Amino acid sequence: MLTPLVLLILGFVAYPVLNVVYYSFQNYNVVEPFLNGFAGWSNYSTMLRHDPLFWTSLEFTAKWVFVEVFLQLIFGLALALILNSAFRGRGLARALVFAPWAVSGVLTTTIWLLIYDPQAGLVGYLANLGLAPHGLTLLADTHTVFWAAILAELWRGLPFFAIILLADLQSIPAELIEAANCDGANAWTRFRFIVAPHLRDAVILSTLLRCVWEFNNVDLLYTLTNGGPGTETTTLPLYIARQAITEHNFGYGSALTMAGFVILLIFSVAYLKFSKFGASRGYAS
Amino acid sequence: MSVAPLGVSGQLARRWEGSRLYLWVPLGLFLLFTLVPFYWMIVFAFRPDSSTHPYPWPVTLANFRLVWNVLGFGVFFKNSVLVGVGTLVGVNVVSALSGYALARFNFRGRSLLVVGLLCTQFVPGVMLLIPLFIIFRHLGLIDNLLALVIGDTVFQLPLTTLLMSGFIRSVPAELEEAAMVDGCSRLKAFRAVTLPLLRPAFVAIGSFAFVGSWNNFLFALIFMNSQDHFTLPVGLDYTIGEFSVNFGALAAGGVLAAVPVVLVFALVQRYLVQGLTVGAIKG
Repeated sequence: MLTPLVLLILGFVAYPVLNVVYYSFQNYNVVEPFLNGFAGWSNYSTMLRHDPLFWTSLEFTAKWVFVEVFLQLIFGLALALILNSAFRGRGLARALVFAPWAVSGVLTTTIWLLIYDPQAGLVGYLANLGLAPHGLTLLADTHTVFWAAILAELWRGLPFFAIILLADLQSIPAELIEAANCDGANAWTRFRFIVAPHLRDAVILSTLLRCVWEFNNVDLLYTLTNGGPGTETTTLPLYIARQAITEHNFGYGSALTMAGFVILLIFSVAYLKFSKFGASRGYAS
Repeated sequence: MSVAPLGVSGQLARRWEGSRLYLWVPLGLFLLFTLVPFYWMIVFAFRPDSSTHPYPWPVTLANFRLVWNVLGFGVFFKNSVLVGVGTLVGVNVVSALSGYALARFNFRGRSLLVVGLLCTQFVPGVMLLIPLFIIFRHLGLIDNLLALVIGDTVFQLPLTTLLMSGFIRSVPAELEEAAMVDGCSRLKAFRAVTLPLLRPAFVAIGSFAFVGSWNNFLFALIFMNSQDHFTLPVGLDYTIGEFSVNFGALAAGGVLAAVPVVLVFALVQRYLVQGLTVGAIKG
């Protein structure tokens, strides 16, 4: 019964992972096949010592992941709290605000290109109404491109946190809230002493999943900015994808991939350790 | 827990809570932020190229005719549906099989398998583009939609298997055992008793699988070469690269890509909040 699952995972996940390890020690370039062969550590030493783009891409990846996940968490939590209170039309409101959940990175790009275009876009329209400066080229300007990309990704990523946190909010026993109300708790004390401790584990785990996910999120940046202007918005996975797609430098791309694995692994273990995931909840049960 | 007496600040807080403004204002802003981008795309898709009105009037379908017939979105759409349905079937069948084994049997290496499945979440497709490309080339599956079905299925399976085993565990094993006492084989017992109860699971997991494959861009970009095998995300990217400011066509393509997933979303929205995510998180 398990055979199909195990075969598929071994064949298309485990074996490729081993392949990455192998190719990272090879010169393997589809464009220059005459150089192919064992390379020793040369891919790694190039990466660490002679490739400034590797380091700048890492720096940008860290900034991208941190800012994006932080904003998604804060606004996602706010949205979940709003949608957890009782009001007329709540079901409809939920369906509407969660709608971008299923939208792909490329479609997000499509939608936000229509907004960011300096002439035809919403930005241009607002400029004509006098509500925004004329000639805003948000995606071509190194000062604004980061926040333009962050906003587009926030639009798509918000529902993830909102859905998970809302599901967790609904598992808070109603008696706890009622008891707190009897004791005269206001919204803030309820949040501080009941809701926040309850959400702890869900927040830790969903934040970690989202960090990994945003780390590897290539679709949006590949299509929206293509890592530019210049290499301003190139993340490590985007750099890897470009090695595979345009440079056909599979050996070097594999070394970069190994760096990505190691970073994700260390980050995940450290995160779970320092956040004390699964530690007992804040209220007595 | 320390309890604040209901003083002046408490009364103010109560009044603030009573007015419900704290709810409607942010909710309105969130709705605006979510819906305006969709609206803006729809405006572009349905209005004539010459128009600059912020509403789609007069309505035209010219953009849709252009992308569907001339730019090849008819073909891309068909390919995306084929890959999406293939992935949906593959993911449901394999996760039902393995989810059943995980839920009902205790075997050596069971926990190792679960840990392994969770670990795959940290090995995303982007990182495996290069070796997967080489594997599919050896299998002769480059520029073959089957490569996308396999790739999409594999990367959905770990989570859907765990989800499915959670669903199956929630069906009491005693029900199946009772059927087996009455003379059913294990397979018959599963088919007659458990399977009908798993319909919500198949709907939810199938939707995940469909949306995931519908949205997968990189696999299609790298494993498909000819325009006849492009899927919608690749077609959109192609339009973005090609467009000399044909925003109408781009928006029409976007609407075509959006409609199916938004419909699927409307279908599973209920399940998403009702415990499916809780199940996914808490294993």
